[in-house]
Amino acid sequence: MKKKGHPLLGIHSALMMIFIYVPIVLVMVYSFNNTRLSGDWKGFTLDWYVSLLKDRHVMEALTNSLIVAVVSTIAATLLGTISALSMRDIARKWRGPLNGVLYMPVIIPDIIMGLSLLVLFSQLHIPLGKSTVMIAHITFSMSYVYVVVNARLAGMGRQLEEAAQDLGATYWQTFRHVTLPQITPGIISGALIAFTLSLDDFMVSFFVAGPSSTTLPIYIYGQVKRGISPEINALCTLLILVSITLILLAQYVLNRGKGQKKNKMLPF
Amino acid sequence: MIKKGMVLMIELVEIEKQFQGQVVVKPLSMVIEEGEFLTLLGPSGCGKTTILRMIAGFEQPTSGNIVLAGKVVTDNPPNERDLNLVFQHYALFPHMTVEENIAFGLKMKKIPKEQQKERIAEAVAMTQLTALTSRYPHQLSGGQQQRVAIARAIVNKPKVLLLDEPLGALDLQLRKNLQTELKHLQRTLGITFVYVTHDQEEAMMMSDRIVILNNGQVEQIGTPKEIYSSPRTLFAATFVGENNIFTSPQGSFAVRPEKLRPQRSEEGSMKSGVIQDVLYLGNVHKLMVVLDQVGEQQALTVTIVLDSTDEESWRVGERIGVNWNPKDEVVIQS
Amino acid sequence: MNKSKWFFTPVLIWLGLFLIVPMLIVVAMSFMQRDTLGNVVYSFSWEGYKTFWDSLYLGIYWDTIVLSITTTVICLVVSYPLAYYLANSSPRVQNWGLILITIPFWINFLIRTYAWVLLLRTQGVVNSLLIHFGWIDEPLQMLYTKGAVLLGMVYNFVPFMVLPLYVAIEQIDRRLLDAASDLGASRWKAFWHIALPQSKAGIMTGSVLVFVSTAGMFVVTDILGGSKSSMISNIIQAQFLGARNWPFGSALSVIFVLTSLVLIVLFSRVMKSRSDRTREGGKA
Repeated sequence: MKKKGHPLLGIHSALMMIFIYVPIVLVMVYSFNNTRLSGDWKGFTLDWYVSLLKDRHVMEALTNSLIVAVVSTIAATLLGTISALSMRDIARKWRGPLNGVLYMPVIIPDIIMGLSLLVLFSQLHIPLGKSTVMIAHITFSMSYVYVVVNARLAGMGRQLEEAAQDLGATYWQTFRHVTLPQITPGIISGALIAFTLSLDDFMVSFFVAGPSSTTLPIYIYGQVKRGISPEINALCTLLILVSITLILLAQYVLNRGKGQKKNKMLPF
Repeated sequence: MIKKGMVLMIELVEIEKQFQGQVVVKPLSMVIEEGEFLTLLGPSGCGKTTILRMIAGFEQPTSGNIVLAGKVVTDNPPNERDLNLVFQHYALFPHMTVEENIAFGLKMKKIPKEQQKERIAEAVAMTQLTALTSRYPHQLSGGQQQRVAIARAIVNKPKVLLLDEPLGALDLQLRKNLQTELKHLQRTLGITFVYVTHDQEEAMMMSDRIVILNNGQVEQIGTPKEIYSSPRTLFAATFVGENNIFTSPQGSFAVRPEKLRPQRSEEGSMKSGVIQDVLYLGNVHKLMVVLDQVGEQQALTVTIVLDSTDEESWRVGERIGVNWNPKDEVVIQS
Repeated sequence: MNKSKWFFTPVLIWLGLFLIVPMLIVVAMSFMQRDTLGNVVYSFSWEGYKTFWDSLYLGIYWDTIVLSITTTVICLVVSYPLAYYLANSSPRVQNWGLILITIPFWINFLIRTYAWVLLLRTQGVVNSLLIHFGWIDEPLQMLYTKGAVLLGMVYNFVPFMVLPLYVAIEQIDRRLLDAASDLGASRWKAFWHIALPQSKAGIMTGSVLVFVSTAGMFVVTDILGGSKSSMISNIIQAQFLGARNWPFGSALSVIFVLTSLVLIVLFSRVMKSRSDRTREGGKA
């Protein structure tokens, strides 16, 4: 039952949306602006994108980001899925604390996570590099995968698995034929989220990346400190587009799998 | 009572279920015969579903044993018991077609493809699903889904079929149709049915024997006729059908509403009172009569049910006498 | 099928090693000190905490809390109407609205903050527009001010506030509002006395999220604030990556986390006591 709202609410909401999107859109627009310094529009160009491709540092950062993202996604998806599946068989009294531990990476501020990992690695004399960044990414990404897969499992309930067992399926048969098909959309969604988080992460990576394992966000940070440049606009635009695409894809996969009410992609 | 020549399909030996200190099912022993339609009847929370799930293997009895066709299966997981369960909300696999759902049990037991086809066709015909085999569960109505659940179970030719309130989610008309179908199916297949419901009409209509449960306790086991005409406990007397309970310091007895006779004059009648309500229900009409108070006891309101052979016009406020044949009194244990 | 619970072990080991242990080490390190060469001296010391108890750091600490609370309040005020509007719209508008609000989440903070550099710098978009329309002659200094930092923070965290609010408001039983208006309440009164208290959980969640995130976000002050504005998180970052005073940085981190926890608990107490009064109104 919808109540007709105050017209001001609608206006305010529209203004808010504009407020949220104008800066982002501006970055994207200016990445095509044919001028290096001024704020005025001086014509359309793709020069900046081209020079990105030619930039050795950018390509290196991109490569690092991709390698880290792929590896951490695979590991995080695995760990996150296992946590969700095995949590159901854990005694009730342990579930609360264990759930808490699994949610911690989501709640802890990035800066704390970053510096504590830095301290750990230095105490263990592990040199900073791509692997340390991977470890960090896996740690926070697995929580998100856990949340998504858990939601799918909760929606599924135990009935289907009981039905399978009643019909003669062993534990593994049940998993393969009933459980897995049901949670696959959750796993894929979780993986896409993990990938996006890894690509986008700055603060945690900043602490644990070594000199030779600059990721894209770290590179951007370095450049931004020096001032603005249209190449950075172009790079940011690409990153924005990739992130949005991946997340919309994740949302789509999840909704197709469910077939009913939409499941919002909340990062918490 | 074990009669000679009777084959025992299921034996429950002192089954008890406790959950977090609470006794959910009090120690219960009973036998279920081959080919019988047995119903566990009772209100929500009485333990009937728990008993069913213990037989199926999804709950472990805290103590006691379950014997299926002579074999002790208490420690066996559900997939090793030769019975099948029709779940309350069907639990159909959403990512499989009707045919794949039905085939599932056969596939798990690695039955050869040829045989699978035959048996599936049989089950599909028996449950009238022939036109729907390539549909997905979400494309079916509630009644159709329920049939798929049944087909999926019986295709495995289990020794026992367990049914957990299978008709609960359906509307009245559909329920009545399916009750008849299920009863017919059971007779055709000849296998043992253990049925759980809270609907006493349903239980009466379909069962060979009924087990009445209340708070984990068995109130009575008997045929529908035995339960209706000779209820042993207060709960059994009032849960199945309406009943009038007369209490006195010497004990209680029950008389069914259709066994009470109203009389125009109060003379010579066993009780007398004032008509409080006259309810017309189509095939029967009911009189609610407030009996005169006797001594310290509270005024009792009794229900009298009259069918079309009674053409009298009874009026609210009228004083009448109430009579019955003492043979129709059933003594109730409190 | 109890055996599947043992599969949790690798997860536990991973989180134990890479989540719990590091934080324990940090706590331990906060009670140590460093020597002149920048190495950590493994003996108990209050040095880190003592250094904090200095007007410079206390001032920054205070500024951080003020900034975080201000950001949270502004986000709340600005986001609530938006969330309310969304929660009461048609399913289509809700659907699209949610997608639009969720997208900024997945765009890097850096990029979102950087966008404001683009807007606010002397040759940036805002100044260009203002000069173009003749409203000012000289470009305004907007970047590297406290205002810019606040703006950047609010901008980054509005989505964090909108979503929990939306979820909470959407779950309010509309029949309660109907009952209120049936009893004579105006729309505003129904909102103030019923809808608002019922959305307390959302306000709690959103506020906590925004507060904690703001306090830990050194990027915004770094990029939009210049050298003058610093928050505790900037100092912490500097200790670990620049000044190499890890014990001090650890002590600051411990203080930071404890402060957040205390404020969160206080806030939830305040929220709880007010909602307990509402709950006595009986179930719908």
